[in-house]
Amino acid sequence: MANDSVLGRLTDAAPAIELRGITKSFGAVEANKNISLKVSKGTIHGIVGENGAGKSTLMSILYGFYKADAGEIFINGRKTPIPDSQAAIAAGIGMVHQHFKLVENFTVLENVILGAEDGALLKPSLAKARAVLVDLAREYELEVDPDQTIENLSVGHQQRVEILKALYRQADILILDEPTGVLTPSEAEHLFRILKNLRDQGKTLILITHKLKEIMNATDTVSVMRRGEMTATVKTADTSPGELAELMVGRKVLLRVDKKPAATGKTVLEVRDLKVKDSAGVERLKGISFEVCAGEILGIAGVAGNGQSELLEVLGGIASASGSVRINDHQLDLTGRYSDGQSRRARGISHVPEDRQRLGLIMDFMAWENACFGYHHDPKYQKNPLMMDNGAILADTEQKMQRFDIRPPNPRLPAHSFSGGNQQKIVLAREIERNPDILLVGQPTRGVDIGAIEFIHQQIVALRDAGKAILLVSVELDEILSLSDRVAVMFDGRIQGERITAETDEKELGLLMAGMNVEAA
Amino acid sequence: MELTETFLQLILTLDMTVRLSVVLILACLAGLFSERAGIVDIGLEGKMLIAAFFSAVAAYHSGNAWIGVLAGIAASMTFALIHGIASIAYRGNQLISGVALNFLASGLTVVIGNAWYKEGGRTPPLAGEARFSEITLPFADLIRDLPVIGPLYADVISGQKAIVYLAFLVVPLTWWVLFRTRFGLRLRAVGENPASVDTAGISVNRQRYAAVLIAGVLCGIAGAYLATSQAASFGREMTAGRGYIALAALIFAKWRPFYALMACLLFGLLEAISNLYPNIDVFGIFSIPVQFTQALPYILTVVILAGFIGKAIPPKASGEPYIKER
Amino acid sequence: MDKIPRWADIFLVPFINLVLAFAASGLVVLAIGENPFDAIYYMIRGALGSTSGLGYTLYYATNYIFTGLAVAVAFHARLFNIGGEGQAAVSGIGVAVVVLAFDWPHWALALPFAIIGAGVMGAAWAFIPAYLQAKRGSHIVITTIMFNFIGAALMGFLLNGILKNPNTQNAESIGFGPGAHLPTAHEVLAPLGIAFSKSAPLNISFLLALLCAAGVWFLLWRTRLGYQIRAFGQSEAAAKYAGISSVKIIILTMLISGALAGMLSINVVMGEQERLIKEFVEGAGFVGIAVALMGRSHPFGIVLAALLFGMLTQGGFELLWEMPAISREMVLVIQALIILFTGALDNMVRDPVEKLFRRIRKGRI
Repeated sequence: MANDSVLGRLTDAAPAIELRGITKSFGAVEANKNISLKVSKGTIHGIVGENGAGKSTLMSILYGFYKADAGEIFINGRKTPIPDSQAAIAAGIGMVHQHFKLVENFTVLENVILGAEDGALLKPSLAKARAVLVDLAREYELEVDPDQTIENLSVGHQQRVEILKALYRQADILILDEPTGVLTPSEAEHLFRILKNLRDQGKTLILITHKLKEIMNATDTVSVMRRGEMTATVKTADTSPGELAELMVGRKVLLRVDKKPAATGKTVLEVRDLKVKDSAGVERLKGISFEVCAGEILGIAGVAGNGQSELLEVLGGIASASGSVRINDHQLDLTGRYSDGQSRRARGISHVPEDRQRLGLIMDFMAWENACFGYHHDPKYQKNPLMMDNGAILADTEQKMQRFDIRPPNPRLPAHSFSGGNQQKIVLAREIERNPDILLVGQPTRGVDIGAIEFIHQQIVALRDAGKAILLVSVELDEILSLSDRVAVMFDGRIQGERITAETDEKELGLLMAGMNVEAA
Repeated sequence: MELTETFLQLILTLDMTVRLSVVLILACLAGLFSERAGIVDIGLEGKMLIAAFFSAVAAYHSGNAWIGVLAGIAASMTFALIHGIASIAYRGNQLISGVALNFLASGLTVVIGNAWYKEGGRTPPLAGEARFSEITLPFADLIRDLPVIGPLYADVISGQKAIVYLAFLVVPLTWWVLFRTRFGLRLRAVGENPASVDTAGISVNRQRYAAVLIAGVLCGIAGAYLATSQAASFGREMTAGRGYIALAALIFAKWRPFYALMACLLFGLLEAISNLYPNIDVFGIFSIPVQFTQALPYILTVVILAGFIGKAIPPKASGEPYIKER
Repeated sequence: MDKIPRWADIFLVPFINLVLAFAASGLVVLAIGENPFDAIYYMIRGALGSTSGLGYTLYYATNYIFTGLAVAVAFHARLFNIGGEGQAAVSGIGVAVVVLAFDWPHWALALPFAIIGAGVMGAAWAFIPAYLQAKRGSHIVITTIMFNFIGAALMGFLLNGILKNPNTQNAESIGFGPGAHLPTAHEVLAPLGIAFSKSAPLNISFLLALLCAAGVWFLLWRTRLGYQIRAFGQSEAAAKYAGISSVKIIILTMLISGALAGMLSINVVMGEQERLIKEFVEGAGFVGIAVALMGRSHPFGIVLAALLFGMLTQGGFELLWEMPAISREMVLVIQALIILFTGALDNMVRDPVEKLFRRIRKGRI
């Protein structure tokens, strides 16, 4: 029944949204090239594409965040210029951003009315919003405590506040940018229930994602973007994940990594009852224990924010902790003088951090200055006890650039002028070429183009085959499954379960990621 | 006998504390508006100084203290606008902009003052209507003779100048504006997460300019108070670091209006003590040098900033120019 | 690809900033009722028109190189040291104590110890703000300013107390012995047959300043410490990842900064006054901020900017004779405007220049 009405609406005359010839460039980069798109009223339309394909830019134009260089926007068949977000809101468009635009120390109500207040005084607006929220919660399964401050809400609930904000402004068209990136599988399921609910009430939804599974499950129609262009728009029922992947990348993709079975040796890293508190005193790691052996990759899976970052920071010497960590039977200092990054490196730990632009690189430093970053004490980079040997570092960097195919191979360029993939290769080259006993690597392919992903995966596997221990943290379950030999799933600062990769599957790991207790098979 | 003497000293000290804390309160609230909106304002000092100068000039020539206040506000707002343009429109370094304006104020006031009055930077003394006079509250004389309450009301609460009462009224007003109005909601949002305001379709910049200009108004009143109430003319560098002390008080108060009032009264008390008792005798053994008592407010500022007061977390976006992310 | 060519970044943009600052200063002169072009003429003549003028110009420039370097080193670690004024003042105590402690046989022997005395005291005055910033996160801008005030009180206390010359009413120390007299430009150049003004206070401290500039360059771009300072200044989070101790870098950088500011008293206290007076720094610590900003925190740029400010200061004094309506604080106004235009309003010039170059490039392709 419901399905029939959806299909009926697909053929309606005036589309809810129509874009004609949208073009936008940032300096020399053409983010959107002559893009046209029609989305019918009362449907869920997916937009897929790789990082940097131009999805977010396109939606920011639709939301009035950027002004297009050329092109027209039609809402419900009427030409509607959208010079700013206010115009978008007036046209009935709402947006749920990937990074929530919430004021963390405001309550839910305050966030909902911000910018949509009814008068100069807050009291009446707050009262009205309270009433509206009750209605919306009942209608769309969007329950959330209106008086709670945002920082005390779970990520899933914060996202509901974003949706409520849009609905409070009476949005008919809702754009969601990578909405599941921070959600557990069960939270994501709930979200999609809400979205279908909204669609059945006549709302139009645009779902931006790079996860093909979500597209297949949740959308009615789908468009594919590649390098700023819209390469196809099809009915979801008429396509397959394989076809979409090919359209996204422009060629057949190897989704699995070729690797030999692991030849594990002795235990390199042994973690016992590790606990970490953040600066606000909240416990982020609640006593975790695991080990990693030589010649194996241990993957840490989990939804972002469940303690993986803290784990890497402790092992990498950025944060202090309590508990016990042993490397090659040597007890590490977790709080004192020798708990810093230098001491960790001296113990044979290399660390490719999750956020390379914030931690792994100095963006204004030249490539060669970055290539010795963290190892600037190494005797081979010193001319004498006081001076660094810049010539030696330059030569060393040139070699690294060659071996890791870093482009452009110019060590004198600042880090910010390299692409994401090449930046990551600079970090990887630096850390892998140290020949560490254990490599910590976080989100190795985030924001990296497909070509570089394969290369980076090969390098990690090669290091494993050379008998090194590797601790891999990734929020991409596919990446975890294709690289690691064992998987530990983190949830709420604990290890929820540990599995041999070959003996588990996505479904089981998904349940663990959601905090369910699953008996090992 | 001994006791009444001590009590009179206490009344005198409290009276002076109130007088001296006014400048700090106004400056501190100015900083509060600015920083709550995400603009760090190290230039409170300069704004007060330029305001003090022009208020003295205007009051002198017009013979009306209120015209002096208006001139002070205008001068201070001009400086605030420059700070706003530098840090909002041109995304400049807010610390550097503030420091530059402080220097500009100390230079300009003397250069212009010298050119006009040739008295080494001083302006001619203000008298009569050109200065604010003390306001006697009702019943002050009537209840003066009551014990404790009487002198407290008659000499501390009553008998202050108009701006003193104004400053103490601005404190609850600031609280109300920030926490009970749409303007305040948006202002605080802009200081915590400007993107939240921007995506709601509201101009971040306009909100920040408004905050910076309010800071200008408050610094203008503070400066005018210095020249037309606390003193009777402009003197070079007459702000003497109070703008910076106000910032320390703001941090101490964790950016909250009523706490700011308390912090400023504390600093005012300190200044009153160093003014009233420059040579404190310690049991007749040795006397604390006058330079030490003079430096006491500055030393306490450092002590307070050293964080023996718990952790102070500034508004999240403060000091950061807002640039739309790509 | 960078947005604008390097030469435009280093020379064109600062130059336009400077022109704007001077234009604004001209307006102030005009407002006082004087002719700004006459003012410029008098200033240039006063600063460069005689060996005496030149001697004063370079003498002031020496001060500004020291304080400019002090601010710049801190800037590289993203620390804003406004305390140069106080650090320089207190360093005078170090010089006075060292010089007065012995009857020095020759200046060449006294100088190294005086440098140590000045450096140690300057660094000491920067240490507490540095320590509080590093350990407790206390706002270093405010604490260094407070230490300027506290430093002034300390100087007043000492010069009215134990360091006071009993034979005078003024708050000053007794005069230094002849053994600690630093050779002036006149004394150095006379044997070479070059006649240089006898009255100008320019002395060999100028060479010390150039040496310090070279030293700072070497420190920042050749040593491991410099590498760590720059890394820390660019990204505190990344520095932590690399195992660079923030406490160590903040404190070391501020000690170096304070010591550099302290060198000013070699030039003024030892080279010119030959006794310790109360207010010998005369705002040079603040000028250092403008110098560092103008010089883009690079030692070479700082030397150039210091020369410019030396000219301004000396020319400004000459101006007082010619145009009594203008007071010496005019220099402070110009300096403030330069800080404002080069430091805070930089994008006002940079944005249009970038747009211009983009257009030029497009035109070429």
